[in-house]
Amino acid sequence: MSLKSLHAQNHSLSLSKEQLHVLEKTSYVSFSKKLNESGLFPLTVKPLEIFQINVGKMCNQVCKHCHVDAGPDRKEIMTREIMLQCLSAIEKSGAHTVDLTGGAPEMNPDFRWFVEEISKLGKKIIVRCNLTIIVANKKYNDLPEFFKQHKIEVVSSLPYFTSAKTDSQRGEGVFEKSIQALKMLNDVGYGKQDSGLILDLVYNPAGAFLPGDQSGLEREFKNKLKTNFDIEFNNLFTITNLPVSRFLEYLERSSNFESYMEKLVNAFNPSAAANVMCRNTISVGWDGYLYDCDFNQMLELKVASPINHVNNFDTSMLEKRAVITGQHCYGCTAGSGSSCGGTVI
Amino acid sequence: MKTYYNPEDLKKFGNISEFEPNLAKKFFDYYGDVFKDGALTAREKSLIALAVAHTVQCPYCIDAYTQDTMEKGCDEAQLMEAVHVAAAIRGGASLVHGVQMMNKYKDLSM
Repeated sequence: MSLKSLHAQNHSLSLSKEQLHVLEKTSYVSFSKKLNESGLFPLTVKPLEIFQINVGKMCNQVCKHCHVDAGPDRKEIMTREIMLQCLSAIEKSGAHTVDLTGGAPEMNPDFRWFVEEISKLGKKIIVRCNLTIIVANKKYNDLPEFFKQHKIEVVSSLPYFTSAKTDSQRGEGVFEKSIQALKMLNDVGYGKQDSGLILDLVYNPAGAFLPGDQSGLEREFKNKLKTNFDIEFNNLFTITNLPVSRFLEYLERSSNFESYMEKLVNAFNPSAAANVMCRNTISVGWDGYLYDCDFNQMLELKVASPINHVNNFDTSMLEKRAVITGQHCYGCTAGSGSSCGGTVI
Repeated sequence: MKTYYNPEDLKKFGNISEFEPNLAKKFFDYYGDVFKDGALTAREKSLIALAVAHTVQCPYCIDAYTQDTMEKGCDEAQLMEAVHVAAAIRGGASLVHGVQMMNKYKDLSM
């Protein structure tokens, strides 16, 4: 796997149109038909609770499964002007949580300013931190303290509790750096009982298979990380890899695409479909456009609403929309479901 | 059919109910209960199943439980150790009969 993004390689699957083409050519029953059979089509939205903002595609890692196709060579990042528009939208949206993601969101030069401004609005803030950014450069070493200062909920990816499996997905040396960063977070109180500082980990399979039972994996992770590294955390979220961008490229390259789609389709669960996160979330792209979720954002499927940019945000209008769905959505409805907060049932 | 085993047949396991639904239902209900978390975790049971799959040398079971153990968060070292457990028991089962052979040999020897 190249250390360049698909975008930098000029790979055909860096284009959303090509990804959609690959997804739509599958012979499996369409996701909308499946929703219809469950009485869920069109997929309506619920009152907005979570404002998920992707502040840019720049990242210090090039993970093999990344649906954002993020990496050091990606220069698309949110400007302060768009952030100001987000702040105004957040204030009038009624959402109780702002979820910051990327890329590595901390690499956006306005990240700290943005967090401080969101903090003033009294919203719960989640930062999806890849861990290694904390030790990537001296200027990031104080991130644990900064997170603590703003009572940020830190959600970090750690696909496994050994280096071989973690590094195979996220890059050489990532596990060791992640452990170092987790210790730094623990040192300021993150993940410690009664500290009130939440450190959640995200597990996603390092390959073409679905995640197992969330509670069983959490038990295993807690035991191994405590025993082997004296590391503590709060919750483990299991997330299914969606066939989008680099994970889609991996599936195609390894001839696993058809069998993976079959697994997802066969595991379709109407209860999970009823609870998908796009129903109470709005996703904002680096350029301010609005999407139903981060995956739709990467597939450039904007919300089906006359309001499709954060600049003219209107909660009541947006709550009238139906979610744009496609074959990739099977990833969120398989088994116990999948969301940025783990399983949904 | 070119081979006795067809990977696609694994997905049809449930079809055995076609010829005898009552026993199949009892079997699959029992099967489902066996693999639930209990005194052993579902993960531990899956690793045992993988080892047994290698003992009975069932390609369907090896396919299913390689995937199942991976889904339950096991890594390659754990999967291979389970296979070695199977191999050790199989090898041991042969070797321990060496005692029987030795007994017989000694009985027949001057």
